[in-house]
Amino acid sequence: MIPLQPPRRLIDVQIDGEAVRVPEGSTILDACQAAGKDVPTLCYGDTLTPKNACRVCVVEVEGARTLAPACSRKAEAGMKVGTDTERARQSRKVVLELLGSSTDLSTTPRAAEWTAEYGADPERFGDDAATVAQPAKVDNDLYVRDYAKCILCYKCVDACGEQWQNTFAIAVAGRGFDATISTEFDAPLTDSACVYCGNCVEVCPTGALSFKTEFDMRAEGTWDESKQTETTTICSYCGVGCNLTLHVQDNKIVKVTSPHDNPVTKGNLCVKGRFGYGYV
Amino acid sequence: MDLRFRGAQPSQEERAAVDDLLGPPATAWEGGARTELDLRMAARAEEARDLLLPALHAVNDRIGWISEGALEYICRRLTIPPAEAYGVATFYSLFSLEPRPQRVLHVCTDLACQARGAQVVRDRVEERFGPPGKDWHESPCLGMCERAPAALALEAGQPHRAEVYAPATPETITTITGAAPRANGHAPSLEVAGETPVKEAVPQAGEPGLVLLRRIGVVDPASLDDYRAAGGYTALRRAFELGPAGVIREVLESGLVGRGGAAFPTGRKWEAAARQPDHPHYLVCNADESEPGTFKDRVVMEGDPYALVEAMTIAAYATGCAKGYLYIRGEYPRATARLQHAIATARSRGLLGDDILGKGLSFDIELRRGAGAYICGEETAIFNSIEGQRGEPRSKPPFPVEKGLFGKPTVVNNVETLVNVLPILERGAQAYAAAEPKLFCVSGAVERPGVYELTFGTTLRELLDMTGTTGTTRAVLLGGAAGAFVTELDIPLTFEGTRNAGATLGSGVVLVIDDTVDLRRLLLRIAEFFRDESCGQCVPCRVGTVRQEEALHRLSRRVDDSDLVLLREVGQTMRDASICGLGQTAWNAVESAIDRLGVFNR
Ligand SMILES: Cc1cc2nc3c(=O)[nH]c(=O)nc-3n(C[C@H](O)[C@H](O)[C@H](O)COP(=O)(O)O)c2cc1C
Ligand code: SF4
Ligand code: SF4
Ligand code: SF4
Ligand code: FES
Ligand code: FES
Repeated sequence: MIPLQPPRRLIDVQIDGEAVRVPEGSTILDACQAAGKDVPTLCYGDTLTPKNACRVCVVEVEGARTLAPACSRKAEAGMKVGTDTERARQSRKVVLELLGSSTDLSTTPRAAEWTAEYGADPERFGDDAATVAQPAKVDNDLYVRDYAKCILCYKCVDACGEQWQNTFAIAVAGRGFDATISTEFDAPLTDSACVYCGNCVEVCPTGALSFKTEFDMRAEGTWDESKQTETTTICSYCGVGCNLTLHVQDNKIVKVTSPHDNPVTKGNLCVKGRFGYGYV
Repeated sequence: MDLRFRGAQPSQEERAAVDDLLGPPATAWEGGARTELDLRMAARAEEARDLLLPALHAVNDRIGWISEGALEYICRRLTIPPAEAYGVATFYSLFSLEPRPQRVLHVCTDLACQARGAQVVRDRVEERFGPPGKDWHESPCLGMCERAPAALALEAGQPHRAEVYAPATPETITTITGAAPRANGHAPSLEVAGETPVKEAVPQAGEPGLVLLRRIGVVDPASLDDYRAAGGYTALRRAFELGPAGVIREVLESGLVGRGGAAFPTGRKWEAAARQPDHPHYLVCNADESEPGTFKDRVVMEGDPYALVEAMTIAAYATGCAKGYLYIRGEYPRATARLQHAIATARSRGLLGDDILGKGLSFDIELRRGAGAYICGEETAIFNSIEGQRGEPRSKPPFPVEKGLFGKPTVVNNVETLVNVLPILERGAQAYAAAEPKLFCVSGAVERPGVYELTFGTTLRELLDMTGTTGTTRAVLLGGAAGAFVTELDIPLTFEGTRNAGATLGSGVVLVIDDTVDLRRLLLRIAEFFRDESCGQCVPCRVGTVRQEEALHRLSRRVDDSDLVLLREVGQTMRDASICGLGQTAWNAVESAIDRLGVFNR
């Protein structure tokens, strides 16, 4: 086979004392994965350049003053990385506590597992601890924005903006703890530049953004992933040929995703593929 | 990019404010009148994102707040998605996106003012004008700590105006509307209403032997001729003799390190930037001075503005920059006026622009005003702010010397760092290093607060002997809110000396606390400062600063060991896992107060 790109130089790094060899330009996270280490991530996404904002992926790099975000720090030759040191575990624990105490993580995959694994106790900040609780924004028939679940990972903003969609319907507004994802002047989505591609829903790691069908079914208590099947097909609306994964429960399509490993679309769709399933 | 607008219209006045900055719109695409030609060609304006912050200022300065119509008009003119512009406008505390009175009073409730009775002033203002939020705000440090407690009124209009109240007493702030103050900074005095002569902030003014402060209060800050007569522009001539590499060699040899807080060797920064093959290179002067208790850069800029212009020219020459940005904090009306004047005068006299002094050097300075965000002083947040993005720090690497402003190699230096280059070149690196000057901002319980110039190695006790103290000194906060409390007075005021004492020189803050100050309240103010100023990007800082403040509230009511443990764990995580220096230092002062001052001992 002819390589498409010139082969990249390989570098040696140590992960928890174990030597691994990764192509130059890899992140520490890539190296951890090569070494079979499971490092938690939230704001990292396989189709996006991470903002490295959540800090659950921090690891200890020998000689560094602070911990490093594995998802975005590049591995360097000779680097010695500790993924499970006391200091890294302690920071991950507190980050999970800070998130869990301020945000509704009930639909964040693996949040409960990590909370248990790191012994995090989000309750320790007391009943008066400030949260981002707020009513869900239901302003259109296709998807819901439930920012009480938002960890401000920036993925939706990046997907909507310069990294994929180039629509720029949403951005981070405000500062500090009051920062939120917002349209201009918090206008309803129907007044904004949104084209309902749902690419933000595709990347949201917490369920803050979800299909209206999913949101309603969860509210009714009928959402049940164990009863769902997934079928990947080719979208028939136009000639591009995007892959659609149809999630079906009780003979009804309940949401549509798209495989991130598609070399062309990388999980992105347009409104027809994402929400046009009424016609399937 | 396809912009979509909601159709809100600007008022005549808002449109005029934007057009005065940007010129009239060329086509309908930019919000001008629609002509037949526009309909036939799909012209699109060039993106001019970096003018967003100046455009927001233009509207906020003229009207007092930014309406949806005004924001849409700015977005059309600059080809910016409205959601993004909204995100930027809401980042800065000096901007309002809701109607508010033309004149707004900012009452400092920060550390130095709190140590000098700001609470009484604040409470009286509230009694008279109701709760904060509309006509008046509680403000972080206004950089007038030597005249604490301070307040600043900002009034929108054409021109917009400012009025200083320092020291503010419950009696001086009688009305929020006030007597219409004069327009800011008109020649020859370049004054702002209510200001006092800058030399009053420099107790040593006029003394022989001063290096950095030698012209302050002695030379007319408006006069380029006076500046030249007092030794101005000899350093630039010397620089031309040495050549760029020679200048860098001198700076390296002088041992100068950054005065903005991080103490990075300036010569190494310059050398690394000069070497970068990518062009253009940019120079950014960091005059965002917002660390509570810091006011040295303001005093230098107000008292000796040409020194900064000359120093920036030298830095640009050495590192190959054709353009420099001077990013000055938004709450510094007099420093802004004086620097604008100095830059314009230097330009008109051939000291900025093309072919400076006939030596073929081309360099100019653009002044940019911040809009109320401490974080924009962080060296990469300042780039985002200038570029018209939210002032969020970037992750490093890459470092500014490789990829900085507009993705290009950039030298960013503090005001004080830059003006040190003048004596390095005038005297030679060795003579300079033999008596290296450092500025200190002394405030709080002292008899003669102000900016002091010392040579490195003077002890804290010697400094306090010069300033005199009042009451019984209980502790000294070194380095500001990001610094630490010390009780030991015999520490040498050097970078190593303070580090060995578990503190930091930081930006040169020396805030003296006597035994009348309520330390728990002071810690709460520090915590509140970091919560307010966190950019919100990373979890440890965004949520950690809130939890820190909550725990301090509980502790000031009732001391509970579990809250002390909680503070330590959250503090350590902020230090270890935050993206930038703000989160990394947000627990320093609190930690030192618990450990060294026993604030929560039972
Ligand atoms: C939160 C934060 C705020 C800062 N504010 C300032 C500032 O207002 N002025 C300044 O010169 N440096 C400030 N710094 C330090 C800058 O990041 C940077 O180190 C400095 O401008 C470099 O210039 P120097 O080497 O001349 O000191 C700040 C750093 C942080 C983390
Ligand atoms: S649906 Fe598409 S256009 Fe709308 S906000 Fe999400 S990413 Fe942006
Ligand atoms: S809505 Fe989802 S994707 Fe967007 S910032 Fe919040 S958690 Fe991230
Ligand atoms: S540490 Fe604080 S100020 Fe710095 S990037 Fe993180 S949230 Fe922003
Ligand atoms: S996953 Fe690395 S910082 Fe969020
Ligand atoms: S002016 Fe009030 S603390 Fe500095």
